[in-house]
Amino acid sequence: MAKQRSIEILVGAFMAAALVALFFLAMKVSNLGTSPAADGYRVTARFANAGSLKVRAPVNMAGVRVGRVEDIRFDKKTYEAVVTMRIENGVDTIPDDTFANIFTAGLLGEQYVGLEPGGSENFVRDGDELTQTQSALILEQMIGQFLFSKAEEGGK
Amino acid sequence: MAFKTLRRGVRAMVNAMLDPVAELGRAGLKALAGLGRAHLLLLHLLAGSAEVVWRPRLLLAQVFNVGVLSVLIVAVSGLFVGMVLALQGFYVLSQFGAEESLGVMVAASLVRELGPVVTALLVAGRAGSALTAEIGLMKATEQLAGLEMMAVDPVRRILTPRFYGGLISMPLLVALFSAVGVLGGYFVGVGLLGVDDGAFWSQMQSKVDFREDVVNGVIKGLVFGVVVTWIALFQGYDSTPTSAGVSRATTRAVVHAALAVLALDFVLTALMFGN
Amino acid sequence: MTAAAVGSGSARGLCPMSVPASGACAAAAAESECLVRIRGLRFSHGPRVIFDDVDLDIRRGSVTAVMGPSGTGKTTLLKLISGQLRPDAGTIEVDGEPVHALRQSALFELRRRMGMLFQSGALLTDLSVFDNVAYPLREHLRLSPAMVRKLVLLKLEAVGLRGARELKPNELSGGMARRVALARAIALDPMMILYDEPFTGQDPISMGVLVSLIRQLNDASRLTSIVVSHDVRETASIADYIYVISNGRVMAAGTPATIAAERSEWVRQFMDGLPDGPVHFHYPAPDLAADLLTRGVG
Repeated sequence: MAKQRSIEILVGAFMAAALVALFFLAMKVSNLGTSPAADGYRVTARFANAGSLKVRAPVNMAGVRVGRVEDIRFDKKTYEAVVTMRIENGVDTIPDDTFANIFTAGLLGEQYVGLEPGGSENFVRDGDELTQTQSALILEQMIGQFLFSKAEEGGK
Repeated sequence: MAFKTLRRGVRAMVNAMLDPVAELGRAGLKALAGLGRAHLLLLHLLAGSAEVVWRPRLLLAQVFNVGVLSVLIVAVSGLFVGMVLALQGFYVLSQFGAEESLGVMVAASLVRELGPVVTALLVAGRAGSALTAEIGLMKATEQLAGLEMMAVDPVRRILTPRFYGGLISMPLLVALFSAVGVLGGYFVGVGLLGVDDGAFWSQMQSKVDFREDVVNGVIKGLVFGVVVTWIALFQGYDSTPTSAGVSRATTRAVVHAALAVLALDFVLTALMFGN
Repeated sequence: MTAAAVGSGSARGLCPMSVPASGACAAAAAESECLVRIRGLRFSHGPRVIFDDVDLDIRRGSVTAVMGPSGTGKTTLLKLISGQLRPDAGTIEVDGEPVHALRQSALFELRRRMGMLFQSGALLTDLSVFDNVAYPLREHLRLSPAMVRKLVLLKLEAVGLRGARELKPNELSGGMARRVALARAIALDPMMILYDEPFTGQDPISMGVLVSLIRQLNDASRLTSIVVSHDVRETASIADYIYVISNGRVMAAGTPATIAAERSEWVRQFMDGLPDGPVHFHYPAPDLAADLLTRGVG
């Protein structure tokens, strides 16, 4: 019976260790500990080009993450990308003339939405739309423009 | 007379050509029959599920056999796999100046792929082969037939608890492997190679999704647990009851389990992470 | 279509009925006196025919020996009687129940009234002697631990191994393992015990112990025993009735005295252990000289 008891204890320890491991994976390795799951309010923005922006990409303000991209879809009437963002509830003072950009983190990094506050006294609320946007920078277009302007300079 | 000889020659030739075809057909039918028996056994195992609830002690002993006894090898392997990943990843990532992403790389590859697959291969080698040998020897020494003569169903009493033991242990071992692996990657990446501590964790947290990555990885572990234990039990139960037969069955159990795990991993990955 | 259906139907109707209840012990046995009744048994293992139209009766309370050379399917017969194998054709009735047609639950119900002693003992290697004997009791009866203990000790006492209850099966000699298995087989007080080669590989002393144990148990507990063996003398000394089978058929049947007086050459060769006779020393082969002169490596 002593053997049975030690088996019980060891199996219990095994279960506990595995649960600790799972907890570690959930809280420390993955985003479960960091993302307030479905908290916050929704704000949309239209971009002429969403580049390679992904769902779950961060939404930053002054370099601080204030929310996440929740949905990206194509508007077939206006041929624009409609990006839905979920902004944390605590950040409730975003002016309604805020400028939304799609930036790239580093040269090869992932794209994110950057918000630059405007001067309006009115703040956006759930379901509002940010009208002032700038599309993602496409590397090929930039290189093309750069070469084009250089060629013009050279031509003078 | 000459005609007869000729005819006999032609017939021999035709036979010689057809023999491999017949052989192939026979092998195919044999494999199909084996597959059929394996699935019947699975049904039988599932039908005995209530047994596990009635006799938790039997289950406990098997969680011990499959799970607890595999902890050491799984943890040590996880540690080294994580360390190697960090080492290799660092050299590749540093060429792009993206060392900060080391945490993501280590964690994502462990949680999604290496955790479930390597753990399943380890368990197939460590516990699966032991299960096959145990069941095979019980068959060879007539212990299974003896149980049957005592009006005890050996599949329910002997095989089902082992099946559930494997099924429960595997996902837990996968979680353990991945967690220890991430820690190993942390020691090498942050401790030895000087990656920034905060960036290591924060990048990891922002890119690794709990439901998408961690939960899917553990589900993979569950599926592999079912497959590895099932194959091991079937090979033991279906083995030729001689010492050579049991040893062949043990080899087959490990080989089949490894192949099944790798093939199934492809299917599961396509299902889970493909768009 | 219709013709085929009618044909198969009539065949099914005819087959078991038309076999006359001949049986070797039929003259002596009334209906209820036969515990096991086998009619028209046919069984083949792959291409090998093991039983071809065998009739066999086992009388209640008797020790019946089934003898024959190795490889004649004596063990298979026990497996057929206990329902571990199903016959290709024919009927096997045990205590009035058709074993060959029973569902698993009914078969298990019947097996609780049967015990079988395997050649190897078939003890569960990770349990002690005590737990092995207690296994069927704990499995099938809801008894208090004290009651289980008493019963197990009584059964172990009957085979003379009460002192060995703490040992593990791998610490037992072959003869002791078989006696423990016997204690386990009688744990549920069955009506019948099947012995598969109980004397093989035993030294003279444990052989003698087993021989007298089988007879004693049979008489003391009103059992019916079927002993499958090729140890002629030992088996004949305790059997009430003997069947000699070979090549899938019953070669001879009768009391030990009748068999001893049997004139058939084959039976004489088997019972007296003569090296050559109707059963040849040589396995069938082409002529030796021709075989040696044939070219080829195989």
